[in-house]
Amino acid sequence: MSNILVYIHAPAGAPTKGQRELLALAARLGQASAVLGGPADAAALASLGAAGATGFYAAAGGLDATGLIAPAVSLLEAAVRESGATAVLLPNTVEGREIAARTAVRLDAGVITDAIDVDADLTVTKPVLAGSYTVKAQVTRGPALITLKANSVELPEAAPAAGAPAPVHELELGETGPAARITATAPHTATGRPELSEARFVVAGGRGVDGDFGPVEDLADALGAAVGASRAATDAGWIDHSAQVGQTGTTVSPQLYISAGISGAIQQKAGMQTAKTIIAINKDPDAPVFEIADLGIVGDLAVVLPQAAAEIRRRKG
Amino acid sequence: MSQNTGTPLNILVLVKHVPDVQFDRHLSGPGQRLDRKDSVLSELDEYAIEAALALAEARGGDKAGNTVTAMTMGPEAAANAVKKSLQMGAAAGVHICDPALAGSDAGATSLALATAIKQLGGFDVVLTGMASTDAETSLVPAQLAERLGVAQLTNLSKLEIDPGTNTVTALRVGEDGAQSVEATLPVLISVTDQANEPRYPNFRGILAAKKKKITTLTLAQLGLAEEAVGAAGSATRVLSAAPRPPRAAGQVITDSGQAGIALVDFLADAKLI
Ligand SMILES: Cc1cc2nc3c(=O)[nH]c(=O)nc-3n(C[C@H](O)[C@H](O)[C@H](O)COP(=O)(O)OP(=O)(O)OC[C@H]3O[C@@H](n4cnc5c(N)ncnc54)[C@H](O)[C@@H]3O)c2cc1C
Repeated sequence: MSNILVYIHAPAGAPTKGQRELLALAARLGQASAVLGGPADAAALASLGAAGATGFYAAAGGLDATGLIAPAVSLLEAAVRESGATAVLLPNTVEGREIAARTAVRLDAGVITDAIDVDADLTVTKPVLAGSYTVKAQVTRGPALITLKANSVELPEAAPAAGAPAPVHELELGETGPAARITATAPHTATGRPELSEARFVVAGGRGVDGDFGPVEDLADALGAAVGASRAATDAGWIDHSAQVGQTGTTVSPQLYISAGISGAIQQKAGMQTAKTIIAINKDPDAPVFEIADLGIVGDLAVVLPQAAAEIRRRKG
Repeated sequence: MSQNTGTPLNILVLVKHVPDVQFDRHLSGPGQRLDRKDSVLSELDEYAIEAALALAEARGGDKAGNTVTAMTMGPEAAANAVKKSLQMGAAAGVHICDPALAGSDAGATSLALATAIKQLGGFDVVLTGMASTDAETSLVPAQLAERLGVAQLTNLSKLEIDPGTNTVTALRVGEDGAQSVEATLPVLISVTDQANEPRYPNFRGILAAKKKKITTLTLAQLGLAEEAVGAAGSATRVLSAAPRPPRAAGQVITDSGQAGIALVDFLADAKLI
């Protein structure tokens, strides 16, 4: 059975949904091992094991957390050489893509980003050109480095019970090359809502909210949804930039995307048009967003959203 | 790259000529290549050009010996991306142009670019956009840092070089949140669309650009074998491509007081609640 590596950016007591998807896909393709991009305690190892990891690779003496990208590249390169892996799966994040990019140069290998599926023969399915085409692609040389979009893999109903802890292989990295230093990190403010890229439901607001995200957040909470935004709304400072959906923000592929007070510019559509169901609320009947909405409501979001939120709460009892 | 300490800076900005996102874009032919007519300078590269010009200006501009050079790789029409950079204020241009480059993936592209950068030499800063708007992989900036053996400062929403020093301090947005990052020259930088407000070429800039020089480089001049780039040199291959069926517009209703309820009925019918 071929060895498949999964790059785990920040191991924690409970793996994120995205990490569990990576491990589930790897287990389907072969023998899954996790490469630990940060310190992992016994609880983290046990939960990664329960999610499918049958072995671990870590930097001897720990990975230099202040070095940007380059230390992780050295770790991944060493893990591939040690394991003889045929494929490496990484999250489709800024870090995941950059680590894959540089590791590919070192291993003279190919990278495919934005994967939504990987077959047994490592053929990758991915959307391109803002979701207007679906492409099948393959790596022809070296191990296949693949970055997987969140929400792409069906997770098993019940996680397998954790068995005996799998072994951790410690790798000597040596000099990891010139790297920028990370001097401080300001974590995203926790909202208590689902993480945008992984959420099943997203309610997004645009310039039409006119400074008040209250109605958007209210409907999101009634639905258990993440909150998204157009660039016009984040540029105006009404909500954090991390909420931006689109070409230069987060791309989402949820079951349901509710777009409120957003016109539907191409750069916004690029980030959400693969949603299963799209509902749009806009005052302007000619807004381009209506061209892709399964349900379009011509109306004032300040009226429609609170009514919908109240109705959901009423029906849920 | 030169180990220049402080003033002045040699800055190279990479620009790409890509199909205009405002039009329908198509893949076709045996390699499922992108139809490149109706191409323009990638919008996201305008932020890189602006960042390059601003860094040079902060050190006294071209009068103080700072240079901003714009470089592209692509078919003949790609020179237009360099021309627009010259109109915005870059001083000179380089165009890597060779038919054997067609079909290069990110790895082969970064190889050709890195080879040219090393040959031209002397850059303190190589600047790029956060992604091209065609393939949108964001792989090339990190691969260039690797191939050039310099630190990467990527996905920056803010950056400056402290006056009189050769340290770049910057803000990067990543998975963990906003990171403060720093590195000493030479560096590879990529900037997001949050980094600045790109300037428009003015009339004087457009006239001045006509006198600026664009150097064309072939693979032979770079000393690169044809098999090292293009489809042959690429470690990835597209097997097939299918246009996604266009999203059919659904029903549109006008709110007459009950649309919020209708929205919830729709969710219930679709078994979403
Ligand atoms: C390089 C680049 C990258 C970009 N990246 C992104 C990106 O990642 N994401 C993104 O979103 N955009 C991006 N943009 C910007 C994009 O082009 C649009 O400008 C932006 O999406 C517009 O946001 P909006 O729809 O909220 O605002 P507008 O286009 O102003 O639309 C506001 C809409 O709200 C409606 N409205 C107003 N009041 C109400 C009300 N009370 N009730 C209901 N409807 C109301 C109006 O009818 C209008 O249709 C990018 C642009 C560039 C150049």
